[in-house]
Amino acid sequence: MKIKLAKEEIESASIHQLQRISGEDLKKCYQCGNCSGGCPVSFEMDIAPSQVMRFLQLGKIEEVMKANSMWVCVGCLQCYSRCPKGCSVAAVLEGLRQTVLRKGEDFEKIKEIPIPFLEKAPQQAIVCGFRKLVS
Amino acid sequence: MKIPYYPGCTLNTFAKSFDESARSSALEIGFEMAELKQWNCCGATFPLTPDNLIALSAPAKVLSNAGKEGDTLTTLCSVCYNVLKRTNKVMRDNREKRSTINGFIEEEYDGAVNVLHFLEVLRDKIGFDKVKAAVKRPLTGIKTGAYYGCMLLRPFEDMGIDNAERPTVFENLLKALGAEPVEFPNRIECCGAHLAMNNEEVVTKLSGNVMTSAVGSGAELIVTSCPLCQYNLEKSQDKVASRTPGYTGVPVIYFTQALGLALGQPIETLGFEKNVTDVMPLLKKKGIV
Ligand code: SF4
Ligand code: SF4
Repeated sequence: MKIKLAKEEIESASIHQLQRISGEDLKKCYQCGNCSGGCPVSFEMDIAPSQVMRFLQLGKIEEVMKANSMWVCVGCLQCYSRCPKGCSVAAVLEGLRQTVLRKGEDFEKIKEIPIPFLEKAPQQAIVCGFRKLVS
Repeated sequence: MKIPYYPGCTLNTFAKSFDESARSSALEIGFEMAELKQWNCCGATFPLTPDNLIALSAPAKVLSNAGKEGDTLTTLCSVCYNVLKRTNKVMRDNREKRSTINGFIEEEYDGAVNVLHFLEVLRDKIGFDKVKAAVKRPLTGIKTGAYYGCMLLRPFEDMGIDNAERPTVFENLLKALGAEPVEFPNRIECCGAHLAMNNEEVVTKLSGNVMTSAVGSGAELIVTSCPLCQYNLEKSQDKVASRTPGYTGVPVIYFTQALGLALGQPIETLGFEKNVTDVMPLLKKKGIV
């Protein structure tokens, strides 16, 4: 894939903000791919965890924001657990979710959550789902 | 001995059998799980973004209440355990965050409580040998897969209950109960967690991987320590069976139900009828009941 790099994008305010919110230094990642290998949902992600890190290192936050990766991450911390550099893709993805949710934009509309789920599911699934997907 | 106990919102309702079988088993072994006089939901997720202090206030309140009743707090749900233990570390080690959170919840909590999972209480405070000595109905011959999931083990430096890649605590308990533990590849992988809310397909795939991995390794029974793992695994059974040639399902129960069973408690008190999968045929086949 051919992409054009720009210094302004690599050092953009949104990249800085993401690093601040997530507490992660994106440059630390050296692209070994362990996170993508260990991630149980990378098969479902538009952009796999290690690629998320690479896109962000190159300032391509728009591409990552458009991808479903942050919304299908289950927060299992397998990526962090296996990263030889101590990076937490999980925290980066949460930082991206928070960027959306803190603007008051829901990913999951409460009205659209199926009633049978709300009646039958354990409370913790509902509380956790709201935390991750609803503003 | 009395140990302050935090049930959490799910164990008080959806997962009542998890709660009840643990409490009665504790009494059988010789200690009491004393429910905190006052508690609230822990929030069911530890915030991964370190600036999100508001999400730490609910678990900090629980810990602060626990601190008024003793120096230890035990819990059963892996997620509650994860959230409380990690929050406690922040309250203990980070002066600035501690002061902000305490100011918000109007408490003076300093992280002094020792948060223990029920498995740790059995292993470190009681001892698996004592548990073994209390067994009246050994689970002989039941090949059992212990499903750890994520939150009990990760991140290792915060949880520290066991090796995050090759844990043994669960298997050692199963051995003490007379069962035959089966280590299976997906025992530390995710069940799909909160995606139960909006992505059934992924949950079916992940939970299916866990169950077929266990059965493929010879397991006849799976035990869990989290109501959400329990829910996702049970709910996925039929779909997984319809898609996987040779897979016909596997009973899934809380590990405390297996404990209560081994300790000789009356079957009807263990809440097996609330499980979606039926464990009784297996227990009959093995001559346990
Ligand atoms: S495991 Fe760590 S270093 Fe390797 S690609 Fe993933 S984030 Fe980068
Ligand atoms: S936390 Fe998210 S990105 Fe990391 S391994 Fe789990 S699902 Fe994948």
